[in-house]
Amino acid sequence: MGISEFFQHLMNGLTLGGIYALIALGYTMVYGILKFINFAHGDILMVGAYIGLFVFDGLRGDAPLGTWTFVSFFIAMLVSMVSCGLLGMAIERIAYKPLRKATRLAPLLSAIGVSFILSNSAAWVFGTQSRKLNYPFDNTPISFGGVVITPHQILILVVSVIMMVTLKLFVDRTRMGKAMRATSLDQDTAMLMGINVNKVISMTFAIGSALAAVGGILIALDYKVYPTMGTMTGLKAFVAAVVGGIGNISGAMFGGILLGLLETFGVAVFGIPTGLKDTIAFGVLILILLIKPEGLFGKVEKEKV
Amino acid sequence: MFNFFLLILIYSGIYALMAIGQNVITGYGGMLSLCQAGFFAIGSYATAILATQFGWSFWATLPVAALLSAVFGLLIGLPTLRLKGDYLAIATLGFGEIVRNVLNNWDSLTNGPMGIQKIPMPDLFGFTINPYRKYAFLVMIIIFVIIAYYLFQRLARSRMGRALTAVREDEIAAQSMGINITKYKVYAFVLGAAVAGIAGSLQAVFSLSVTPGTYTFMVSVMVLCMVVLGGMGNFKAAILGAFIIQLISYFPQLTGLSSVIPPQFKQILFGLILVVMMIWRPQGLLGREEHTYGKKHAQKRGSK
Repeated sequence: MGISEFFQHLMNGLTLGGIYALIALGYTMVYGILKFINFAHGDILMVGAYIGLFVFDGLRGDAPLGTWTFVSFFIAMLVSMVSCGLLGMAIERIAYKPLRKATRLAPLLSAIGVSFILSNSAAWVFGTQSRKLNYPFDNTPISFGGVVITPHQILILVVSVIMMVTLKLFVDRTRMGKAMRATSLDQDTAMLMGINVNKVISMTFAIGSALAAVGGILIALDYKVYPTMGTMTGLKAFVAAVVGGIGNISGAMFGGILLGLLETFGVAVFGIPTGLKDTIAFGVLILILLIKPEGLFGKVEKEKV
Repeated sequence: MFNFFLLILIYSGIYALMAIGQNVITGYGGMLSLCQAGFFAIGSYATAILATQFGWSFWATLPVAALLSAVFGLLIGLPTLRLKGDYLAIATLGFGEIVRNVLNNWDSLTNGPMGIQKIPMPDLFGFTINPYRKYAFLVMIIIFVIIAYYLFQRLARSRMGRALTAVREDEIAAQSMGINITKYKVYAFVLGAAVAGIAGSLQAVFSLSVTPGTYTFMVSVMVLCMVVLGGMGNFKAAILGAFIIQLISYFPQLTGLSSVIPPQFKQILFGLILVVMMIWRPQGLLGREEHTYGKKHAQKRGSK
């Protein structure tokens, strides 16, 4: 493999991984605070992609590619983020909040229910055919010394880096972020310290869902929009979160990028058939669970009586 | 119409077997497994391949189907069951998808998306159990369900059943009482897988063909729904749940409204059932079956 080919795969892996990372953040933030897997996260991503698609097509109309299409794409992304944030909060309020004191199995089952409702309602309302989200810009690849990069990939990199840095700053530097970290450490103590835990949990769902919406739109540009698009992507993002150590925000970012690279190089370099590309993520999951179940950056948690 | 009702009963029976398996895993063991469809598929394909390519009789393929599912249950259970419960859900979900993926792609063995047709009908003492004449088949299914119910009911009252209940209620307490939690969890998982394999085998000889499209994630969620609706930790409830869910899923055809009701109706309803049951009636319609040990016995002795 030549050096330019290597950089090509590296680039492809990084962009795929950036999307996984954005989605993985939602899993990891919710897990960090509520200690449960939000199975509906992948379906929120799908809803986000649909909203983005409709708003973008509506705003754009017949306009040719240009500044306006670019602006309307970002408006669509913003609308989608806000709507998905609200959707995430609503789901938490209706389907998870009443179960906070129930057995550990209850919220998981409820989440599977929500996931099923979302994906099948989408199939009912929007139909099962896949739709194309058009590029808001001219997607002619640009060549840098043998390495071909599409403007779409640049968009993915720029958007995911901005999102991740903003999130990191938000969690590390703001009052709300501090409240989130406190809640994830110990919910009861946080409550005693005057933190409004309900608000923190709502906020966590809102942020996670908004990031999922962005991930959904970015992935839709390459892979189209359809009602079950969130399932596989969501699963892989979850694997990414586990690899990085679930509950750990930086870990999720790293895990996402690592998984993206593994998938790209697995197919391109190690000759794994494309049909079995989706199984790479699960191989990684089983492996990490066997070797280092707490993930690369996770803390080992002792169960206490 | 009556014939259609028989069909629903047969499917209720096949799914009841899977629900019984799910109930051992989820209701007794407290583990969330999402791959009954995967074990179902393995059982179906074991019977289909052995019967069509090697000419085995259905009764010879049945134990192989059960054993093969059990082995896969062991393979997926051993690494994941040592960890916290949530991972099992994801690992099993992934496993179910991988099974379907492999069935779709391994053309030389499974004939890919086309599936396997012309599976021979089962014989019993020279009498062919023809799935088109539904009575005989229904009787066979009912016998299977009764046997499974009886065996698992005994199992639930045995040392293993009690150990599993203890593990579900409190792992740490169970462990400190000397219960090997991983061992019992793996047992439960393997048994649940085996009975799903048997259900798969029956499904293969009922529809006389198998295709990968039958064994989707939806099937796993349906089975889960049956157990949740009926009541976790109660085998009667699992069978009742299987019947109700089958009625719901054939409701549009049964009432002749299939042109009005969207095809997604049942899946949306399954989702709603899971959420609503968890919030308002987590114990299910029938509730958990509480086993009383010795008490009945003592009363009997006292009355004598």
